[in-house]
Amino acid sequence: MHSLVKRFGPGLGSLILLGVAVWLVGMVLAPNLMMLDFSLRPNLTPAQIGGPDDHYTLVNFSALFADPVHRAIFFKTIWASALVMLTTLVVTYPMAFWLAKVATHRAVAWVTVALIIPFWINEVLRTLAWYILLAFNGPLNVVLVGLGILDTPMRWFGDAGVLAGMVYAYILFMLFPVYNSISTLDSAQIEAARNLGASTIQIHRRIVIPHAKAGIATGCVFTFMLAAGSYVAPALLGAPGSRWFTEVIYNWFFEGGNWNRGAAYALVLLTLCMVVVMATLRIFKVNLADVAK
Amino acid sequence: MTMTLEGAAKPPRSNTAFASILAALPRIIFAVYMALFFLYLFLPLVVMGLATFNASKFPTVTPWLGTTLDWFAALWADQAMWKALRLSIFIGLGVIAISLPIGTAAALFLNSLQDRSRSFFYALMVSPLLTPGVAIGIATLVLWRQAGVGGGTLLIVLAQASFITAYVMLMVAARLQRFDRTLEDAAIGLGASRLMVFRRILLPYLKPSLLAATFIAFLQSFENYNTTLFVRGTETPLTVYIATKVRTGLTPAVNALGLVLIALTVIAAVAFELSRRSSQRTAKP
Repeated sequence: MHSLVKRFGPGLGSLILLGVAVWLVGMVLAPNLMMLDFSLRPNLTPAQIGGPDDHYTLVNFSALFADPVHRAIFFKTIWASALVMLTTLVVTYPMAFWLAKVATHRAVAWVTVALIIPFWINEVLRTLAWYILLAFNGPLNVVLVGLGILDTPMRWFGDAGVLAGMVYAYILFMLFPVYNSISTLDSAQIEAARNLGASTIQIHRRIVIPHAKAGIATGCVFTFMLAAGSYVAPALLGAPGSRWFTEVIYNWFFEGGNWNRGAAYALVLLTLCMVVVMATLRIFKVNLADVAK
Repeated sequence: MTMTLEGAAKPPRSNTAFASILAALPRIIFAVYMALFFLYLFLPLVVMGLATFNASKFPTVTPWLGTTLDWFAALWADQAMWKALRLSIFIGLGVIAISLPIGTAAALFLNSLQDRSRSFFYALMVSPLLTPGVAIGIATLVLWRQAGVGGGTLLIVLAQASFITAYVMLMVAARLQRFDRTLEDAAIGLGASRLMVFRRILLPYLKPSLLAATFIAFLQSFENYNTTLFVRGTETPLTVYIATKVRTGLTPAVNALGLVLIALTVIAAVAFELSRRSSQRTAKP
């Protein structure tokens, strides 16, 4: 603080401090603390506020685990997000390795531009594109039936559609961190391993993947967090059987009219993401500063 | 089958043929993988784009009911779309107005801190980026309800700005790290005021990152859906408009909108990449 005033003078220095305080206190901490407060109170009518029922309670949290449907959706969201994360990693790893170690400079430049284009397009439109592609009478079914691969059209909407749409939406959040970390690996190490007789699988398992663990952890953290907090893909590409936890939260707010319970559910989602982020960073021994690049 | 027959007749030659196929196998698999990867990446966008020109009422390419440009006209005539677009632009400008100065201030603040306090504030500042968007929207919504402010344009701007400021902070901080502080000392030594040093030396140095941050902040705001959904009240920005259309009567007019947005974002993205690369080149002589 002292050095800030010394560097920018009292006027500008305090303006900078004020700006940071407005953001961190007013826009980050206060909303989250209020959400915590909200989640710990029962849903009361205006007449009951200040009455005997107006006290802190954990009922909103216990309700989540007491309700078998919500509990199932919650756990399903966790493992499905993990599945999205793993699928994205498997799909992007060869591409990341190729870009980092095999491709020429020109090829890298072209492919990066080609990869960035879908990334700039907003998530709703990308999901809409999948909605059109996967429709029951849509192009994918027509082609697959026409080729004789399917006898009758498939209903893609549901778990398959959500997985396809999510992997699509978050692919670059995995690709770029993994690519960046593989490209810092000295190619001589790969050569040396090969000369000493290591197989391709051994090279990846023992050299490339350990070296790229920071990038892999970063990619995993982002894809998991984005998938667990996703709303568009399950809403558009899902079926009644593939409901997502965010949809349950939305319903508490705008259909169920119980904001306290909705806040509690949102807080559980937030905590889940924080735990996954912290655990992944701890397991892979990655610094937070390396994640947010 | 023919392979084994030939192999029985002329073992050496077919063995080498088989061996060369085997040797090429990784390359073949990789080529298939690359083709599938790009097909996966672009097929949905191509289908969405093509469906704009189909006369079908529901956006699809199968069956093709005739080529038409009517859906662009339908989009142009759609008043609700224009209203949503104006709102999204307004929100984007509001987010820039908050996030750009505060994000810059945050980067300067972080720059003046040491080790422990620095990593504490860094973690706090990037935490909104690791928070699910829906939680940010909900937290903002419940806080402002206490003050009697309901969902609407103001809350959309505030909720979006709370995490977009973090992007601005990261972009400015990245450039600030390479700043040569002796320039400031030299200017002070020559009699410049603190304010003058800031305006004439630091700000011009940060300008490229400020421009890039403005662009990213607007794009992030324009594209945002998850956070906006919870704080929008009865307002309908463009992403919400598109998502609602899917439920309430999707026509290829939405595809036309998608195509226009894709064209604009591709132009903007290419321009952004080019300027970023050229500025990197000038930054590293």
